[in-house]
Amino acid sequence: MSSMQPTQLVFRDLSVSYDTQVAVHPLSLTVPAGGWLCLIGPNGAGKSSVLRSACGLVRHRGSVTVAGQDTATMSTRHRARLLAFVPQLPLLPADMTVFDYVLLGRSPFISYFGVASARDRATAGEVLTQLDLAGFADRRLETLSGGECQRLVLARAMAQEAPVLLLDEPTSALDIGHQQQALELVDRMRWERGLTVVSAMHDLTLAGVYADRLALLHEGRLVADGSPAEVLRAEILSEFYGVSVRVHYEDDGTAIVLPNRRAR
Amino acid sequence: MTTSRRGWVWLSAAMLLLAVAVVLGVMVGPAGRLSAANWNIIWNVRMPRVALAAIVGAMLSLAGASYQGVFRNPLVDPYLLGAAGGAGLGATIVISLGRATTSEWIVDPLPLAAFLGAIAAVTVTYLAGAAFGSMRTSTTLVLAGVAVASLTSAIQAFVLQRSSDGVIRAVYNWLLGSLVNASWHDVRLVLPYVVVSGAVLLAHRRHLDVLRVGDDEALTLGLDVRRVRITIVAAATVGTAAVVSVSGLIAFVGIVVPHAVRMVCGGSYRRVLPISIAVGAAFLILADIPGRMLQNPAETPLGVVTAFCGAPFFMVLLRTRRTAV
Repeated sequence: MSSMQPTQLVFRDLSVSYDTQVAVHPLSLTVPAGGWLCLIGPNGAGKSSVLRSACGLVRHRGSVTVAGQDTATMSTRHRARLLAFVPQLPLLPADMTVFDYVLLGRSPFISYFGVASARDRATAGEVLTQLDLAGFADRRLETLSGGECQRLVLARAMAQEAPVLLLDEPTSALDIGHQQQALELVDRMRWERGLTVVSAMHDLTLAGVYADRLALLHEGRLVADGSPAEVLRAEILSEFYGVSVRVHYEDDGTAIVLPNRRAR
Repeated sequence: MTTSRRGWVWLSAAMLLLAVAVVLGVMVGPAGRLSAANWNIIWNVRMPRVALAAIVGAMLSLAGASYQGVFRNPLVDPYLLGAAGGAGLGATIVISLGRATTSEWIVDPLPLAAFLGAIAAVTVTYLAGAAFGSMRTSTTLVLAGVAVASLTSAIQAFVLQRSSDGVIRAVYNWLLGSLVNASWHDVRLVLPYVVVSGAVLLAHRRHLDVLRVGDDEALTLGLDVRRVRITIVAAATVGTAAVVSVSGLIAFVGIVVPHAVRMVCGGSYRRVLPISIAVGAAFLILADIPGRMLQNPAETPLGVVTAFCGAPFFMVLLRTRRTAV
C-alpha cells in the first residue's frame, strides 16, 4: 500500500451537458495532492455530474487530469487504478459475501482472463481489518446494516488503492454516529495514505469540518470556492440555497450552519 | 468450510448428477435395456441423442446464465435478443420452401437457416439498440430485442399463413424442439461452436461477477462494460444459435437451470456458470427420457417436457428460496 503516490486532481474548463440541458457550466478547480475538496450546493446543482465526469461515467468537455494524465483518454482499467468512486446508491448484490465484494475493488489489477491473486486477497483482507469488518468476511451483504454497508463500499474503494477517492454523498443515509465514523475513516485514510478526496455532501457543517476546501455549485455554475470559513457564510448560503440560515463559529474556527426558524 | 471448497462440492454433486443422467439416458428407451443385440440402436440412436441433449442443455443453461448476468435480469433467457425468433423464421422459410426441393443440397439447409436466422436477428437487435439507445443502457437493447422478435414472428406468420397444413405442422414441431433425429453428425456439427462459445463465456465469469454491481460501478472498477457485454452476448448467441439449429426451440432450460443453481449454490458466476453446464446437460438428458417413452412410438416434444417438468419445479424453488441475480 506504500506504492501509492499522492496525486493532484485538476478540473480544467469542465462542462457537462445532457442532451440540450447544461448540467455543469465550464469550471476549473485544482485539488492538491492529499487535499479534500467538498462540492456543496442545492439538489441538481451539478455536484454528482462533476464527480461522475471524473471517473468516466458521463461525457464532458474540458479535461479532468490525474497525475498529469487526462482521464478521458486513459483506458477504463488505468482510470480505475487512479480513481476510486463511491456512488450515492451503491448496488449491493444480496447474496454476495463481504469478502468477495471488497475483492471487486481489486478488479483493475487482475488481468483480463486472470483470477484474484494471493496479493489481491491479502489486500482485501487488510482493508477489511482496517475498517473493522474482518469478522464479517463470510457474511452475505443482505445481512448488513446501513452503516456496515457504507463502510463496506468504502472498503471496496480502499481495496482499489487509487490515489484519488471520489465520494458522492457518502453519508446521506447514515445517522450522525455513522456519518462521523465514515468520514473519520476517509480522513484517516487521507492522512495515512495521502489520499486526495473529492466529495459531494449536503451537510454543510460536516463538509466544513472535514474538507479543507469547499466549492459551492448553483445551477451548474461554480459560485463560491475557498476555505470553509470563506464559503460557509450566511449571506452566501442564503443567496444560493434560498434559505435563511445563520452561521456560528466555534473557537477553533468550525462553522456551524443553522436554519432560521420563521417567526410565528 | 470456505466458500471455494463449498463451490467444489456443488460442482462435484452436479457432475455426479450428470453421470447418473447419462447412464439413465443410455439405458432407457423403447428398444429396452442395454445388451449386445441392440448395440446398434444404443450406439447410433441413443448415444448421439444423449450426447446432443447434454450439449444443448449445457449450452442453453450457460447462455441463459450469461445473459442474465449481462442484463442483470432474472427473467432473461438465451432467446432474449431475438435468437429464437430469427431461428424460427429461418426454419419456417426453409420448411415452407419444401424439404423435397432442398434435399439434394450438400448441406442440410434447415439447421443452417436456423443458425443464420438467429445470428442475423441478434445482430439487428444489437445494431438497433446501439444506434437508437444511449451507449451504456442495456434496457434499449432488450427493447430492441422485443421489436426484432415481433418483426420476425410477423414475417413468420405471413409465410405460414400462405403455407399448407403439412408445412404448418412441420414448423410447429420444429418450434417445440426435439431431439428425435439426433445423430453423431449433429453432434459433430454443433460441437465446435459450443466449445468455443462455452470457453469464451467461462472465461468471463469473473467479469459477470463485477457486473453484478451495475454497469456504472463496474466501469469505475475498470471493466470495459460495453466490450465485455458485446463479447458475452456474441459468444452466447453463437452457441445458442448452433444448438437451436439442431434441436429447435427448447423452452425454459435457459431460465430454470441457472436459477435453480443460483438458489442452491449462491449467485457468484464463478460457480453458477460451471455448475449450470453440468446441471443443464443432466436436466435435458433426463427431460428427453419421458419424451421417447410417453406416447411410444410417437414422440412428446422435448420443449413440452422441459416446460411441463421445469415450471412446477421452478415454482417450488421460488417458494422455498430467495434469489438475486
